[in-house]
Amino acid sequence: MKETPKDAKEYWRWQEYHRIMPDKSWKNKDIITAGVDVGSVSSKAAIMIDGEIYSWAITRTGSNSPDSAKKAMDWVLEDTGLKQSDIKYTVGTGYGRVNVPMANKAITEIACHAKGANYIWGPSVGTILDVGGQDIKAIHCDETGRVTSFLMNDKCAAGTGRGMEVFADLLQIPIEEIGKVSLGIDEEPPPVSCTCVAFAKTEAIGMLRKGWSKEKVLAAYTLAMAIRMANLVNRVGLEKELVITGGQSKNMGIVSRVENILGAKTLPSPNWREGGLDPMVAGALGAALLGKALYQKSKGK
Amino acid sequence: MGIQTVKVVILKDGTVASRSKAFSGFEPTKAAEQAFEEALKNAKIPKKDVVQILATGSGMEMAPYANGTVSMMGADAKAGVFLFPSARTVIDIGAEEARAVKCDERGFMMDFVVNERCAAGAGTFIEAMARALEVKLEDMGPLSLKAERASPINASCVIFGESDVVTLIHRQESKPEIARAVFDAMADRVSSMVHRLGINPEVVLAGGVAKDVGFIESLKRTLGINLLIPEYPEYAGALGAALTAANRVKAAK
Repeated sequence: MKETPKDAKEYWRWQEYHRIMPDKSWKNKDIITAGVDVGSVSSKAAIMIDGEIYSWAITRTGSNSPDSAKKAMDWVLEDTGLKQSDIKYTVGTGYGRVNVPMANKAITEIACHAKGANYIWGPSVGTILDVGGQDIKAIHCDETGRVTSFLMNDKCAAGTGRGMEVFADLLQIPIEEIGKVSLGIDEEPPPVSCTCVAFAKTEAIGMLRKGWSKEKVLAAYTLAMAIRMANLVNRVGLEKELVITGGQSKNMGIVSRVENILGAKTLPSPNWREGGLDPMVAGALGAALLGKALYQKSKGK
Repeated sequence: MGIQTVKVVILKDGTVASRSKAFSGFEPTKAAEQAFEEALKNAKIPKKDVVQILATGSGMEMAPYANGTVSMMGADAKAGVFLFPSARTVIDIGAEEARAVKCDERGFMMDFVVNERCAAGAGTFIEAMARALEVKLEDMGPLSLKAERASPINASCVIFGESDVVTLIHRQESKPEIARAVFDAMADRVSSMVHRLGINPEVVLAGGVAKDVGFIESLKRTLGINLLIPEYPEYAGALGAALTAANRVKAAK
């Protein structure tokens, strides 16, 4: 990764944003809790009021976890009138969870994603495929959002958001459009033969030289990554209903291909662009919910 | 027929008459023809005098003139024991693959392990890290030897390793330390692969990566043993194929 010249486009860059739920107030409410999910690529923070979502923020993780946690936290508090001291309990989660300075406790993102998915989609969720920046996880949970088993693939960029960023850059397609672009083909090409992102990149360059369109190359890569994700789900066992969380839940090229391979539909995600909950925040949501339970326990309620 | 370079070895009466190599590029068959012609020229041997040609390597099916093929592990075992008669383990690390082979005193393969389809643990890893460090590939080894310690980087994936190197650069970590970390990381990976097989001394390190002093040092440290390094490590596969060809000719007579 070289220093990017100022005029060069950063195709991997996705939208950072924060949102406060309209028509909700934290005044006269009892338990205000926060969850901070410091992932390898993005940091998310969520505030919940008596177990209901109030606000969230998504920002890019920098090279320093405590700073990234603080940035997400500052942003989720912005324009709410809330102060850090109003928050009764904060749970840190994600890859950088031990580096969340304001956290009362760190909890693994596996538990938080299950809890958060249960909140977003309800008790019918049985399997969660969480596709993050640097790992993919397949998680089973019960109807209360408690984890029953899980499998993960880490230390390899294949199938992760980071691997997708590499291809967005290579093909010069903005990351938020790669899903749509990958579906813009008449016929699905065979998947790239290498799952290793470094080799797949070489393979893709060869395809481009052969005259393949960007859409076709991206489709071949996306399919290979979707196969990898589906394999992980199959290894843990698919228990309905299936949902996808993490950044790649927004990649419709991934979602539709995973569904095709598994022969199962995922529960549709709320539309975050139109004010719905964002599946990328599932971990932070779950963390804030677990924070509420921990706070109540500590008060003997 | 390596993924990055094609190597040719010509044997005459059981000794190496010449060797030659060429970049595989997009037309490996053509590259192999060129390398072969050059090897013939160097050895001053007319093509018709070459009685048997065997191909090996990941692109062996694309080899020109070949009478047959030899598995990469089989070729490594043959070459390792030919070069170092005491050798019983051969580690071969190329651009995109690493493997370790256990062999007997005749150079027959007994067992092997392979790391394939993942760029970490092969030459590509060092290349990518050299790019991220903005250091020439051939300078990485000597640079790493100047390090007093290693900085931790993600060893298991080229993509994550690259980001880690960039992070270390931003933290003003010195280049020798980062270069050392790259080799240590890769040596760790190769070492765990070799341990799955079990180490049978003596151990030969072959393949293009065996030319890198930085990697050799790291692997020696990690394995805690000395390594036998051939003079032309990248030709081990081609040599093994040529030795097998010689044996076949002898057997046919």
